[in-house]
Amino acid sequence: MATAVMTTLDQRTRAASRGMSDISIRNLFIIPTILFLIVFNIFPLLYSLYYSFTDFRASTNAPANFVGLQNYRELLNDPFIWSNFAITAQYVIVSVTGQVLVGFGVAMLLNRDIPFKGLITTLLLLPMMLSMAVVGLFWKLLYDPSWGVINYALGLGNFEWLANPKMALYAVAITDIWMWSPFVMLLSLAGLSAVPKHLYEAAAIDRAGSFYTFFRITLPLVAPILMIAIIFRTMEAFKTFDLAYILTSQPTTEVISIRLYKMAFQEWQTGRSCALAYIVLIMVIAITNIYVKYLNKVKER
Amino acid sequence: MAHIQLKNITKKFGAHTALKGLDLEIQDGEFFVLLGQTGAGKTTTLRLISGLETPTEGDILIDGVDVGPWGAAERDVALVLQQYSLYPRYTVRENLEFPLKAKIRRLERAEIDERVNRVAKTLRIEHLLDRKTDRLSGGEMQRVSIGRAIVRKPRVFLMDEPLSALDAKLREALRTELKNLQVNLGATFLFVTHDQIEAMSMGDKIGVLNEGHLVQVGTPNEIYNNPLNTFVARSVGSPPMNLIEGELRSGKAVMTQKNFELPFTGATGTSAAEGDRPLVFGIRPEDLHLEAGAPVEAKVHDVENHGVEKILTLRVGDIMLRATVPARTDVALEDAVRFAWNPNKVVLFDRASGVSLRHAG
Repeated sequence: MATAVMTTLDQRTRAASRGMSDISIRNLFIIPTILFLIVFNIFPLLYSLYYSFTDFRASTNAPANFVGLQNYRELLNDPFIWSNFAITAQYVIVSVTGQVLVGFGVAMLLNRDIPFKGLITTLLLLPMMLSMAVVGLFWKLLYDPSWGVINYALGLGNFEWLANPKMALYAVAITDIWMWSPFVMLLSLAGLSAVPKHLYEAAAIDRAGSFYTFFRITLPLVAPILMIAIIFRTMEAFKTFDLAYILTSQPTTEVISIRLYKMAFQEWQTGRSCALAYIVLIMVIAITNIYVKYLNKVKER
Repeated sequence: MAHIQLKNITKKFGAHTALKGLDLEIQDGEFFVLLGQTGAGKTTTLRLISGLETPTEGDILIDGVDVGPWGAAERDVALVLQQYSLYPRYTVRENLEFPLKAKIRRLERAEIDERVNRVAKTLRIEHLLDRKTDRLSGGEMQRVSIGRAIVRKPRVFLMDEPLSALDAKLREALRTELKNLQVNLGATFLFVTHDQIEAMSMGDKIGVLNEGHLVQVGTPNEIYNNPLNTFVARSVGSPPMNLIEGELRSGKAVMTQKNFELPFTGATGTSAAEGDRPLVFGIRPEDLHLEAGAPVEAKVHDVENHGVEKILTLRVGDIMLRATVPARTDVALEDAVRFAWNPNKVVLFDRASGVSLRHAG
């Protein structure tokens, strides 16, 4: 079929004069990409699946022995792994909730005629465009207990943000909220501006109060797009590594991806860490699927 | 149920003036139709009364009270829009309940149910109550949106071309329904439309709006038979009034363009019009009739058969005249016919100002 569509290469082009057909040009573009994908994505994915059933350690020359489901069994029975998952869950909930509240709130504020709206929106998007590592380093300075700007501004004295085991995870979440609220804001703003103005007018005529209007009209209409923002942010938050790793090294901030990193590249338990990576992958897919199901239900309503 | 008064209303949107010095009075329980072309300021008038817009100048009074500072909620008006504005994702019942559940007046569950059911019955949408609004046809949606207006028993109903998105058959049916509804409720209706048939058939009173000015207010009869100027004469009636330029000379209407004459026995206030004064003669199509011995000869230019009647386009030189004749009249294209008019029905307009001589005095 493709040949039928693509046989009309203009005879005057340089490619044609070099004796290349449409198909060979197509292959020239596509094959390197496919090869690249296979070498760097698909092959490692499958190879790590194989490793997850072995006791392979990348730091030794010992051959990999097939151990069946042992890695998975041990990981799922390891209370420390589960506490890593619990920390991750806590982090995801705090961070995503914060982002939705801040992002949606700011979007509500921006969704009206105000001067310099475009400029304000653009400026608000800046945190999102920074690199994770840079944000982590910045905030480490901001959080500094003795000369950090945050303690100075809030008058908190020498409050330990990152060294305090109870506070550290929230400090990471706050940084994440600062960085990613603009993303939620952007999507919410798109959703909000798509609500037809005449519905608000009808509600005003129907004497609905602002809360009633918000919960009965605004929220249901923005819900689908807000759900998409939540899905993206949940997936991202679930695999957070850089922010937490750069900001602090508390055991209370050891989210699952940090545990995974340590297992793979500090303890060199390659086989086991592959198994853990697969467990995380399956969890993310499962959570996303639940969300998507729910999203479809919201859309149908 | 309320009496509405607009006093010297001006509304500007930036440099554009939508309404200029508008005075309008709507009596309690009246079906008032505002007729005008797109951009005449009809919708603006409606939005001003509803409180969705505030006038640049002037006062709005409902029942004698200046409602200028009041928001839409306090004015207690209902607005039905052309695009229905139903709340998406809700069922018909939830849409009808919406205004009853709003915070200003919370009603008992039983009362809400009773009102919703009664409205559904009135509008014959009972079978649709549990359906989602996006599964409704245009006519059904408009019924629901009218229902949402009635269910609240507001003081005034404001309707912004509610029928114009519907097909002809449905429009006709809903026209009658709306009129009946208004009579039964005894409510004050302000109905905005660009369709003169709707205006004529539904209104107790019609206000003709042109470019932000209220040109004429009157009963459909007054507007139809005694238009204030050529603009009103052209906007009301289908086909519209024939307007022919001419002069009045010794009891005869002399048409300047083609020099044909018609007898004209002077009606009120026409003596001043004798002589060289440039005039426009207005005659409704139904007041032209074909007759064997009639004074003017014309060619049949076009025939439109409407079943109950035929609308003929007659050609006299390069003047085209529309005449409605009984359907049984047997004419073919390019037939030569003779016609006369009913001189009592002729309206004289001043050619320069376009104003009817009867109104100018």
